[in-house]
Amino acid sequence: MATAEEVAKAAERRDVRDRWLLSAPALLVIFLAATGPLLIVLVYSFLTPGSYGDVKWQFSPEAWISVFLERDIFDDTLSIAAAHVTIFLRSIKLSVVTTIATLVLGFPTAYFMATRSEKTRDLWLFLITIPFWTNLLIRTFAVLQIIRNEGIINTILLKLGIISAPIQILYTDTAILIGMAYVYLPLMVLPIYASMEKLDFRLVEAGYDLYASRFQVLRRIIFPLVKPGVIAGSILVFIPALGAYVTPSVLGGGKNMMLSNLIELQFGQGRNWPLGSALSIAVMIIVMVALLAYVRNAGRSGVRHG
Amino acid sequence: MPDKPDRNAIEVVNVSKIFGSGEGQVAALDTVSVSIRENEFFTLLGPSGCGKTTLLRLIAGFDFPTAGEILLYGQDIAPLPPFKRPVNTVFQSYALFPHMTVADNIGFGLEMLGKPKAEIKARVAEMLKLVKMEALAGRRTSQISGGQQQRVALARALAPQPKVLLLDEPLSALDYKLRKEMQIELKRLQHETGITFIFVTHDQEEALTMSDRIAVMSSGKILQVGSPWDIYDKPAERFVADFIGETNFLTAAISEMANGKARATLKSGATIEATVAQSFQPKPNATVVVRPEHAKLTKAKGELSGTVENIVYFGTDTHIHVHLDSGELFTVRQQNTRSAGCGFEKGDAVGILIGSDAAQVLKD
Repeated sequence: MATAEEVAKAAERRDVRDRWLLSAPALLVIFLAATGPLLIVLVYSFLTPGSYGDVKWQFSPEAWISVFLERDIFDDTLSIAAAHVTIFLRSIKLSVVTTIATLVLGFPTAYFMATRSEKTRDLWLFLITIPFWTNLLIRTFAVLQIIRNEGIINTILLKLGIISAPIQILYTDTAILIGMAYVYLPLMVLPIYASMEKLDFRLVEAGYDLYASRFQVLRRIIFPLVKPGVIAGSILVFIPALGAYVTPSVLGGGKNMMLSNLIELQFGQGRNWPLGSALSIAVMIIVMVALLAYVRNAGRSGVRHG
Repeated sequence: MPDKPDRNAIEVVNVSKIFGSGEGQVAALDTVSVSIRENEFFTLLGPSGCGKTTLLRLIAGFDFPTAGEILLYGQDIAPLPPFKRPVNTVFQSYALFPHMTVADNIGFGLEMLGKPKAEIKARVAEMLKLVKMEALAGRRTSQISGGQQQRVALARALAPQPKVLLLDEPLSALDYKLRKEMQIELKRLQHETGITFIFVTHDQEEALTMSDRIAVMSSGKILQVGSPWDIYDKPAERFVADFIGETNFLTAAISEMANGKARATLKSGATIEATVAQSFQPKPNATVVVRPEHAKLTKAKGELSGTVENIVYFGTDTHIHVHLDSGELFTVRQQNTRSAGCGFEKGDAVGILIGSDAAQVLKD
């Protein structure tokens, strides 16, 4: 006769097996759709470019060298690839600024939403998700309509006589920034709101009661308690911002490239698939390093606060 | 209480608080006036929804009165935000900051007041000692028990040395034993710090055992203010008599008022002596109250007569419910002894003796 212990163990084994079986389809899709292609990209990055795109099955570290370096056509000496570095730096800068901008805009929005009555909260939540109903490309073109030289902003400013010539916003870094901040704002608001909604506002009252001013309550009580939401929001904005493709190509006009546009170029006109692959992997590494540094840093300062 | 100076710490003058607007508006407080003396343990007692917490929140500054003034040592504080009032609160839920240690919680108020680090450290150590929590200074507030959280909440509110400490049902989340312990602890703290305490509770026993004075509240009004003894033995109104302890209500005709005493003729025809307020207008249909422990059950004739309906054993005493011949119900509380039973049985015909100082005439 099986002892109770054996029965329990068997049940546990069955449980584990069932879980694997149930998640198998999802795991398969994730592997085929994400990990598989990624492995192909990794392999491609060590091959030689073919003449008409495609790759030649011949090992070469050249693509990885070209990520940051440039080989002189005449004497084969290596120098820093200024164009690539500029694009890398611009992408990182724009992503960081976008993250900060969405945080500055999103935090008060989330606070506002979380302090409404329960019924109106749902309405605000609903309103926040409305932009998701429309295609990203269409939303980006909507932004373009607003900021272009003949757009709403310039037309109004000209009519009011505040400016005499249209301000060139479109096709600048500012345009990309506005576009990205607009597109990614909900991704910042939602996780902060989720944290803020769980915040016990009696703690805020306790803060006021203990002589903390409004700013001190924000800094010492509200912010540390909703930090998980801020971290999640920052990650959710920073990663897609660094890989943004549609927004910089529409609003940056091809002149102000970001990383995705550079990568796209290698697979298209550039006919250098290995370089495109190496750049893609490089971006992933940057994201991973940035994330680890950010999360570790945020975690440590949390300990210091408490 | 002896040696209490008559200076008022808090004066609430004609304060009203109305929530909502139009049809849905609710008066949480209706022209309430009360004075709370310096160094006093003052309790606001009443059922939930009577406005006691609202009054506390007005004094703390979390809400602002619709009308009226709140004076702190003569200065109107009603328009000040909470962080500008020298008043601290112990919250019902404690509201300890979960991301800080016990010591950081206690030091928070002093830190916000901009006190020097050394002073904060010394004061926090002093507070930890006062509430006997020295060993747990470095713990997170989520790692300590309910009773310990309670102590931290107290220490945190006392640390900035407020002029008045507000306590919003701080003991309601504790179990019975711990609650008893904390009641004594609170009295000790109040005595040691000399700070005026305003304590909110719906627990009449808590109010009676801890307070110097009690204000009984109901539906946004203060019905009676007085010492625990006043409130229990000389209830002015039916609500107060009913809310505090157990009471027998008897209908009686009042006559011959003199020197705070009156003759009350009960339905049974017997007359008893009852204390009465000077302002009382004699009328035939007044209510007289008698506490169950102030009446005596006898097998002989008494002022009232009836049949024993039910006997309930409580350990320290026994409650005997008597169905009076007049149709009313009357409860007598009898102290138990170890050797004998209560001496009565269900169905016994009994008489009830009411002492000359046992009855009180109600205002309404």
